[in-house]
Amino acid sequence: MRSKNTVIALIVAVVLAVISYMILAFVGLSGERGEGMPVIGGFYLQEAETPVMEELTKVYNLVTYIIAGIVAFVLGLMAFIMIRFREKANPVPSKTTHHVGLEIAWTIAPVLILLWIAVPSMNLLYNQDVIKDTEVTVKAVGNTWNWSYTYPDHENVEEIISNPLDKTQSKAAGKPYLLATDAALVVPVDTNVKVLVTSINNMHSWTVPSFGIKMDAVPGIINETWFRAKREGTFYGQCSEICGIKHYYMPIEVQVVSKADYAKWIANDGSFTTTVAQNNLGSGQTAAQK
Amino acid sequence: MVALPGENTPPATSSYDDDGKPGFFARWFYSTNHKDIGTLYLIFAIISGLIGGFLSFMMRMELAQPGIDFFQNEHQYLVYVSMHGLIMIFFMVMPAVIGGFGNWFVPIMIGAPDMAFPRMNNLSFWLLPTALICLLISFVVPGNANGNGFGGSWVMYPPLSTTGHPGPAFDFIIIGLLAAGFSSIFGAINFITTILNMRAPGMTMHKMPLFAWSVLVTAFLLLLALPVLAASLFMLFTDRIPGGTGFFDPARGGDPQMFQHLFWFFGHPEVYIMILPAFGIVSHIVSTFSKKPIFGYLGMAYAMVAIGVVGFVVWAHHMYTVGMDVNLKAYFLAATLVIAVPTGVKIFSWLATMWGGSIRYSIPMQWALAFIFLFVVGGVTGVMLANAGVDAYLHDTYYVVAHFHYVLSMGAVFGIFAGFYYWFGKMFGVQYNKWLAGAHFWLFFVGVNVIFFPQHFLGLNGMPRRYVDYPEEFAIWNQVSSMGAWITLAGVAFFFLMLIEALILNRKRVGDNYWGEGATTLEWTLSSPPPYHQFNTLPRIEETDGH
Repeated sequence: MRSKNTVIALIVAVVLAVISYMILAFVGLSGERGEGMPVIGGFYLQEAETPVMEELTKVYNLVTYIIAGIVAFVLGLMAFIMIRFREKANPVPSKTTHHVGLEIAWTIAPVLILLWIAVPSMNLLYNQDVIKDTEVTVKAVGNTWNWSYTYPDHENVEEIISNPLDKTQSKAAGKPYLLATDAALVVPVDTNVKVLVTSINNMHSWTVPSFGIKMDAVPGIINETWFRAKREGTFYGQCSEICGIKHYYMPIEVQVVSKADYAKWIANDGSFTTTVAQNNLGSGQTAAQK
Repeated sequence: MVALPGENTPPATSSYDDDGKPGFFARWFYSTNHKDIGTLYLIFAIISGLIGGFLSFMMRMELAQPGIDFFQNEHQYLVYVSMHGLIMIFFMVMPAVIGGFGNWFVPIMIGAPDMAFPRMNNLSFWLLPTALICLLISFVVPGNANGNGFGGSWVMYPPLSTTGHPGPAFDFIIIGLLAAGFSSIFGAINFITTILNMRAPGMTMHKMPLFAWSVLVTAFLLLLALPVLAASLFMLFTDRIPGGTGFFDPARGGDPQMFQHLFWFFGHPEVYIMILPAFGIVSHIVSTFSKKPIFGYLGMAYAMVAIGVVGFVVWAHHMYTVGMDVNLKAYFLAATLVIAVPTGVKIFSWLATMWGGSIRYSIPMQWALAFIFLFVVGGVTGVMLANAGVDAYLHDTYYVVAHFHYVLSMGAVFGIFAGFYYWFGKMFGVQYNKWLAGAHFWLFFVGVNVIFFPQHFLGLNGMPRRYVDYPEEFAIWNQVSSMGAWITLAGVAFFFLMLIEALILNRKRVGDNYWGEGATTLEWTLSSPPPYHQFNTLPRIEETDGH
């Protein structure tokens, strides 16, 4: 009788652990990924568009495999204990209160697991944080409530004021509301771009999830970060540090163009030739034009 | 633990009905009795929980679909976000676990007649309603040009809390939090003195029940962390005065990031202040309902000490994106991962306590088991967030919101409800209705998981926190999350039905030790409720007794 109970407990525990691991790790890591922006009903990271974000995704996956394993293990163990040692099945409790070997084991095992996580995580941190030789520098300034971009190396390009498109404008432009702006930051593809981030009043945070970067904009301090976009396209982010009532209404839009188009754009004082411009509503609109 | 004079219900001279209780006003308005003050704290926590819960319910209603529908403007939403955080932390969780259960059971568990400083205890409590009134006033006085109240979130970062909110609303919050902070500091002094000096003969530190250990560690955290909060609030206060100081104003040589360091130097120990007493409560419940002593008692006690110590050196993991030096981030990454080790010891010790036991699934045990599992879920996402590199993606997204609600809304709050049902008969002398309590548990359990599990998905998909409106890509999971709010609301309704049934309608009396052989700490040697003054003869703890 007792042993039958143990077998049932074991089966339930293993089934529960396996199913929960499948759901948490395999289903969780196979979700549809937004390309440069969130995807409807998404439950996984946005698509990686920079080498740093690729590495970040790998570390995220590794840690998820491990923590899903921990959750599944604890769930299975709890299920086993709850069935095997329920009052009816085990009327006489044991009086064991110590087991040195066991206590050492459950101290050492987490340490080893953490080391397993820490090594790739440290690599990611240094790859992400240490800025490579950069070819393009842009400055992003947070304001209440929009972003402005300047190109310190190209004084001919006037300051870009990047305001969000309202509901009708974004619909007309075919762009996502609360993500699209009237003037994107323009950068070249396959180029190390350094971003200087600061603010002129409240704190903000300059974020592009698909690039794997997020840097606070702090008044009085210039923070730096960098990215290297792998493909041309438009990538969106949203302010990620509470900055007042329009916190939700100061998105970030980055337009990655070919190196040739970028050179042309710089040479044209921050404006595209007409052929490119029709795809990119208002990009290159300058402060003076407003 | 066997207490010699406490084996039977105390003699009639100190029985509950004849012990010189003062009249109603004296008893409840200038009480110095630790049990009455504990009850006041619990009532206060329930009221604050209702206010904080209302705020979060309104937030969920707003976020159920894209667009701004429920709130008059964005400012009001941010006010609700900020006040939900402050009220739940300072006026619900802390008063419940430390003021409520700590006051009620720490003196009894260590065999003391009362707290060391009963009048200071009274002061600690009455500072809290004062503080809460200050916070409620801040709702209705101007915050900034956009409306009444303070909308700078519970972290209160300048410049949003200085130049961003010039109105008096934030001044009221500063005053309220200072009052709440002093309340906690006085409480901490009281607990430390009581626990170190007033243990019954034979009750060595290593025989002390784990709940008393958890409150001792918590009290030290309070004593060290809250003065830092008080100092940073004072600095904000003087910064806000026109022509005042410029601690956090870069235009005058100040540094806004310094506030973040000061705040989180308090703020990180604060999260352990909220969860450690819940650890203590769950240890007792797991032991009682497994009918086994705690497994690895010393490991459990010192794991809490370790969590408390390490908790002071990891604060900047809340600030990975502020532009810190990379080596500093690497240190905080490593230090933060270390916390998983003592936490793991606690989880496995609870499971080992249950192993070989004879487990009964009464209501408190259900809450405790749910606590253990959900705390693991919240804990492992903490391991994810500890990785500074990955945090660049997840920082300030809903993944973080899901993480800390799993450890607080399902950790600390489940610990509170576990303790409430565990000691309900002991505190009030009557038993709750099992059906109503079960409905409360299951609705609450399902509800909070439906609210918070999808929020991981929102964060991974990129949704930032503190947003009143969001792109429609996030709509599905937000809708699911808001449905969970309705389920949780139903659970809360059953909690109040349970209270009404047990305290007013039914009043079914319970015995001294209604949980039976597994309940071995000193409170189970007293009547239910305990006499107004317990331990007229101090209990004596024998060398051979367990802990």
